[in-house]
Amino acid sequence: MALLRYESQARPPLVDGSKDYHQVTEDICRPVETKPSKLWWVGFLISVVLLIFGIISVAVEVIYGTGQWNLNKTIGWGWDITNFVWWVGIGHAGTLISAILLLFRQGWRTGVNRAAEAMTIFAVMCAGQFPIWHMGRVWDAFFVLPYPNTRGPLWVNFNSPLLWDVFAISTYFTVSLLFWYSGLLPDLATLRDRAKVKWRKFFYGVAAFGWTGSTKHWQRHEALSLVLAGLSTPLVLSVHTIVSFDFATSVIPGWHTTIFPPYFVAGAIFSGFAMVQTLLLVTRKVLALEDYITIEHIEVMNKVIVLTGSIVGIAYLTELFMAWYSAVPAENFAFFENRLNLNSPYGWSYWLMMGCNVLSPQIFWFRKMRRNILLTFFMSILVNIGMWFERFVIIVTSIYRDYLPSSWSTYYSPSIWEIGFYMGTFGLFFTCYFLFAKFFPVIAIAEIKHILKKNGESYKNNMTEVEQEEINKFGHDHSHDHGA
Amino acid sequence: MSVKKFVVGNFDDEAVLFPAVKKVRRAGYRIHDVFTPFPIHGLDKEMGLRDTSLHTAGFIFGITGTTTAVSFITWALTTDWPINFGGKPFFSLPAWIPITFELTVLFAAVGMVLTFCWLCQLAPFVKKDHFNPRSTDDTFVMALECTDKTNDEELIAFLNSVGAKDVSVQYRETGWWLGRYDQDTVKYGKKVEAAS
Repeated sequence: MALLRYESQARPPLVDGSKDYHQVTEDICRPVETKPSKLWWVGFLISVVLLIFGIISVAVEVIYGTGQWNLNKTIGWGWDITNFVWWVGIGHAGTLISAILLLFRQGWRTGVNRAAEAMTIFAVMCAGQFPIWHMGRVWDAFFVLPYPNTRGPLWVNFNSPLLWDVFAISTYFTVSLLFWYSGLLPDLATLRDRAKVKWRKFFYGVAAFGWTGSTKHWQRHEALSLVLAGLSTPLVLSVHTIVSFDFATSVIPGWHTTIFPPYFVAGAIFSGFAMVQTLLLVTRKVLALEDYITIEHIEVMNKVIVLTGSIVGIAYLTELFMAWYSAVPAENFAFFENRLNLNSPYGWSYWLMMGCNVLSPQIFWFRKMRRNILLTFFMSILVNIGMWFERFVIIVTSIYRDYLPSSWSTYYSPSIWEIGFYMGTFGLFFTCYFLFAKFFPVIAIAEIKHILKKNGESYKNNMTEVEQEEINKFGHDHSHDHGA
Repeated sequence: MSVKKFVVGNFDDEAVLFPAVKKVRRAGYRIHDVFTPFPIHGLDKEMGLRDTSLHTAGFIFGITGTTTAVSFITWALTTDWPINFGGKPFFSLPAWIPITFELTVLFAAVGMVLTFCWLCQLAPFVKKDHFNPRSTDDTFVMALECTDKTNDEELIAFLNSVGAKDVSVQYRETGWWLGRYDQDTVKYGKKVEAAS
């Protein structure tokens, strides 16, 4: 059995340096147990300010109505739904990393999954704000739930993609939260048992739910993680599929395409990984976790980015081909006049999207570029901008020129409260992320320990001798050792 | 739920722990539990624990979700208040697949996590006794339950011989109680009596 579990030195280590279990605990708990740095305070305060700006913007919108946003009858979905789809997309990387990569037995996920899952939860929280506040009469938001009411009871329309969205996003949020928190329990117990101060003992004592690390509990924990991963895998694909149904089931030119579900899912993973890169590049530097989130992790994620970016590129080209091949004048107009034509009012946004999402990630075909941290950071920002414009292009360029030229609305720009709302979700996202990075271990301690002996640098180096052994001796030595 | 007497051995390497578990079991001692900082594959088998049935629970919760979604939507849209949406049939199953799927996943996930917490007695403000706080850091802790017939010295010597370190006799509460980790000795609002 050990023979099968042995991993060759040809694969670079996932944990750098000569570390033992205790060192791993020390390294990852240090940022939680020490006072936050000045940089943390600066970042946190900026986030809180943005959050307050967002709260004011939303308050204005609630008091005076959705008229505070520069939407009109033609462009009914502007920044608001663009931001919603953008945030939901970002929220896909975490579950992809923790669920799909768990099923595929990708060891490298252990270094990044905790932070990515946290990011997912915060991104979905931000996404949820947009449809909720877009309702206008937000105090009636509970109307979307199928509850027995005095109007009949009149049930919600279960055939509507917008209702599917309600179920998809809320299920996704709940399942991601459960997955994340059940994974956190053992690490919170580690923090609890190390705690010296009273409030820490209390806080982590409550948060760790009384976890002890009993073998039976670990056995159940493993089973739970595996099944949750199995459930989350189709779930993560279904969520963005359903988000794309909001568009694809309509009859608007540019939206009415069957390619939307896979195209949206690829785009979601693409933008999600870009956001993971942005966050982790900063996190590993600020919290000195370079030994755990190594250049290998960054390279692997860049590979995912170039793959999904290219899938998205193919989807763009397929859309264009189908618009031409369908010979439907409205489709043709939507694609070739409203999008491709650089001189049309929103042509620039289409080309910005193409440049950021399709052309620029191609640089990651080169190994040197994939391993360049500064470039990766720059690219991750670029991809996020590109993916925001993708949603903007899909939403605005499909609807701003209606079937009836008299209702064309060629000028749409957001009001200060729309921008404020968007900035506010950045505030919410980063406030949550800063608090997470301060009070929770950003790397899954137990999972790192689990892979340490197989994938750690010091353990791999000790294997040089073994690798040079004769095959028969190697087989004899390793095939009889049970367990380990 | 009572204070029992244990002989506790600490290991710092799983390569030592595995043969030790085997030897302890062969010698006929009863392993109360082994506490580890991370999951060790195969240790449950080695200790003779049976497989968990959590998967089955998850499956049952899942089909409960499926049934709930299909039956409720069918009742609401065909019997209770049928609405004509663009001339489509009242019973339009394909359009209900997304919600049916989401509810299946939701029920399975929430149900499994609750079952997991129930089985492992995990909840906020649950407190359990610990043999060694380093068992969540880098130490593998094996606890053997003592009976009236157990010879402590012999057992300690035996654990030492299989590679355990810092072997000690400890009196510990086996159950859980509502408490806080910043108040070490309080149990049900009363101090735990030091067992003799």
